[in-house]
Amino acid sequence: MKTFLRALLTGLMVTLPLTSVTALAQTGPLRIEITEGVIEPLPYAVPDFVAPDSNSSEIAAQLSRVVAADLSGTGLFREIPAEAHIGRVTDFSAPVRYADWKAVNAQALITGAVQVAGNRLTVQFRVHDVFSGAELGNGLQFSGTTAGWRRMAHKVADAVYSRITGEGGYFDSRVVYVSESGPKDDRRKRLAIMDYDGANVQYLTDSSAIVLAPRFSPTGDRVLYTSYESGFPQVHVLDVGKVQRRVIGSQDGAMSFAPRFAPDGRTVVYSETRGGNTDIYAMDINGNNRRRLTSAPSIETAPSYSPDGSRIVFESDRSGTQQLYVMSAGGGEAQRISFGKGRYGTPVWSPRGDLIAFTKQSKGRFHIGVMRTDGSEERLLTASFLDEGPTWSPNGRVIMFTRETQGANGRALLYSVDISGRNLRPVRTPDGGSDPAWSPLQK
Amino acid sequence: MQTGTKISATLHVGLVGWALLGGAFRSEPLPLEVQEVSVISAAEFEALSARPATPEVSSEPVALQQPEPAQDAPALEPAEDTPPVAEPAPEPVVVPEPEPAPVTPPPPDPTPEPEVADAPATLVPLPEVAPEPPVSAPLATLRPRSRPAERVAPTPVAPPPPDTTPDPVVREQVAEADTGDSPQEPQEATAPEAASDRIETEANQEDEQTASLAPARSVRPSARPAQRRATQPATDPAPEAPDTSRQDAIADALAQALSGEQSAAAEQAPVPTGPPLTSGERDALRLAVSNCWNVGSLSSEALRTTIVVAMSMSREGKPDVGTIRLLSSSGGSAQAANQAFEAARRAIIRCGARGYNLPVEKFAQWRDIEMTFNPERMRTR
Repeated sequence: MKTFLRALLTGLMVTLPLTSVTALAQTGPLRIEITEGVIEPLPYAVPDFVAPDSNSSEIAAQLSRVVAADLSGTGLFREIPAEAHIGRVTDFSAPVRYADWKAVNAQALITGAVQVAGNRLTVQFRVHDVFSGAELGNGLQFSGTTAGWRRMAHKVADAVYSRITGEGGYFDSRVVYVSESGPKDDRRKRLAIMDYDGANVQYLTDSSAIVLAPRFSPTGDRVLYTSYESGFPQVHVLDVGKVQRRVIGSQDGAMSFAPRFAPDGRTVVYSETRGGNTDIYAMDINGNNRRRLTSAPSIETAPSYSPDGSRIVFESDRSGTQQLYVMSAGGGEAQRISFGKGRYGTPVWSPRGDLIAFTKQSKGRFHIGVMRTDGSEERLLTASFLDEGPTWSPNGRVIMFTRETQGANGRALLYSVDISGRNLRPVRTPDGGSDPAWSPLQK
Repeated sequence: MQTGTKISATLHVGLVGWALLGGAFRSEPLPLEVQEVSVISAAEFEALSARPATPEVSSEPVALQQPEPAQDAPALEPAEDTPPVAEPAPEPVVVPEPEPAPVTPPPPDPTPEPEVADAPATLVPLPEVAPEPPVSAPLATLRPRSRPAERVAPTPVAPPPPDTTPDPVVREQVAEADTGDSPQEPQEATAPEAASDRIETEANQEDEQTASLAPARSVRPSARPAQRRATQPATDPAPEAPDTSRQDAIADALAQALSGEQSAAAEQAPVPTGPPLTSGERDALRLAVSNCWNVGSLSSEALRTTIVVAMSMSREGKPDVGTIRLLSSSGGSAQAANQAFEAARRAIIRCGARGYNLPVEKFAQWRDIEMTFNPERMRTR
């Protein structure tokens, strides 16, 4: 009997603290942690924008289609086709029946109205969070000329993108690139500029001389590029609005190439070859104040500034193979950041400043990849016979690059890919294209 | 007669009969095929059987005779002798270059750049969202009201239960102690007929009607935010604009008073406590929310932001949308936290639209929930 009582008391002493702990655990709200989710395009609906008359309805339909194409083209959104819509938006100012859009599983709804008065175009739009039953921010209104309806559509899409994702858009931007036509052994190259989606292509130069590596200024109004017009490569600067160009840099026969603007728009960094040695130089945009930033017997080229203008990333073969290095914007000691197997080149600093995009050649394949500015967390986004020349979208979310196909009839085309490695897609151009450079968002 | 004799006689008779009647059974002769032949001479036979004679071939080749040239054929002459004047060679067509050759190319677009205003104008927000038509049950129901008594008496008497049949005979109560020796059985007194102490008028009925509009449920008071360590306090929401639809101060006061009554009533309602949720039940809730937590459209910064969201639940397992709120965030800016919160709220509402699978008997355990959304594993960069 004593043994039984002792055992009972011992059990109670062990159980009682546990019971009190359990009771404490039951107080307060239930707490759970969610660490796994899904990554899929967010379904949205863009019914045709409301137009008061037939004159406006055509532009309204086209404009809403461009908005949808912009959003769906990111790979982050999935449009619910109009055939599946239950609700109809006939009055832009009327309250939205969210139940109709919940029924088709639209999580975001974009409504808009278009008004054309003569040459003037006014676009109003709102973004709705369907499941919350409320607007995402206030509605906005853009106005301009009817000729600029595509730009207005891109601006609407930028605002919608920003409202939902929380980061800036990139639709109201342009791309300058080298348009390529003809066979590989007789390829004609000329500078071209287009909207980011391949629309409104315009040519900036003829094909009488080889042109390479165009780069936008931070304000998007000028373009630096390399031309063989004089028989050897020289850096030119071109005013996009006036299509006026001039040579900058040395005129003494030294080869200069791979130019790029500094974030301040007044300084140019480029490569120059003298006496068989290629180094990196910087100069003012007017050609003055030329200074040498590297002095090594190896080849240093493809410089790119960090967004704050304090550092420069470039490629060099000083270690025996082509690798990436980072140095101060004023020159000096450079630090190697690429240590993977293969050769690295054409580094470009992200507009956000956190990543560097590059071209990598490894085991006979070319890749576009990104890494942190210290070289860590390297990720390869593409792989093909020849991928090269990355350029960042203004928001640092998308990379555009050149992909060339194999064989005598191979073509160079422009492609874009999300920095997650998803949504690889070609960019529509009339001819082949290479060496793209993305502009900042237009003002 | 001997057997041998019989056999002999039978054979003899047969033999004699065959001799006499044998010619009567003569058979037809077999047909013969006759082929006609002709007789030829030996010379003709040799001529027929002789080999054909081999043609004689000359051992010496014979030179072929060259064809004579036609008389009207033109004589070939050296090319250099061809006079260019006879038929002048066509002028080479100058193929224009696809691109103009001048050093300075023409402007890309002579048309002026389309004008687009850079700064957008802000629109006035839409009015309050239209009331959702598919509301299955009203939030406020008319409380069942007692029937007005037809009789007026000094003391009001509550109406009997609905199925009660009025007793036509009025009896007095007879207690057991009072019976004594009397034969009367103890009995209960007949219940008095329902009565009111005042005369019911239309004005009185209006008052009753208004008072009975109390909602069956009220918005549950929000749970107290839990103390979180190393988190960034959530941004205070902007004060809501005054609702123009509630301008009537009397209506506001009445609604406030009524909701207070109902809150007290709701608190008095028994809430099943039950044991704590099992790990399986918690995992089921976690999985249900995870299936709707779409981080594909979140910015990189929002994907680095961990947020804590609080909400209250109904007994049906549906989240009370009005109570979903951001408690705290860490790892990102306020804007990133807001984006992350919107994605989390969408997930909670979408997958809870039909109610989460939670045990009703443990309602008190999950009536208030705090969910931490940690996107660390979902980061793409």
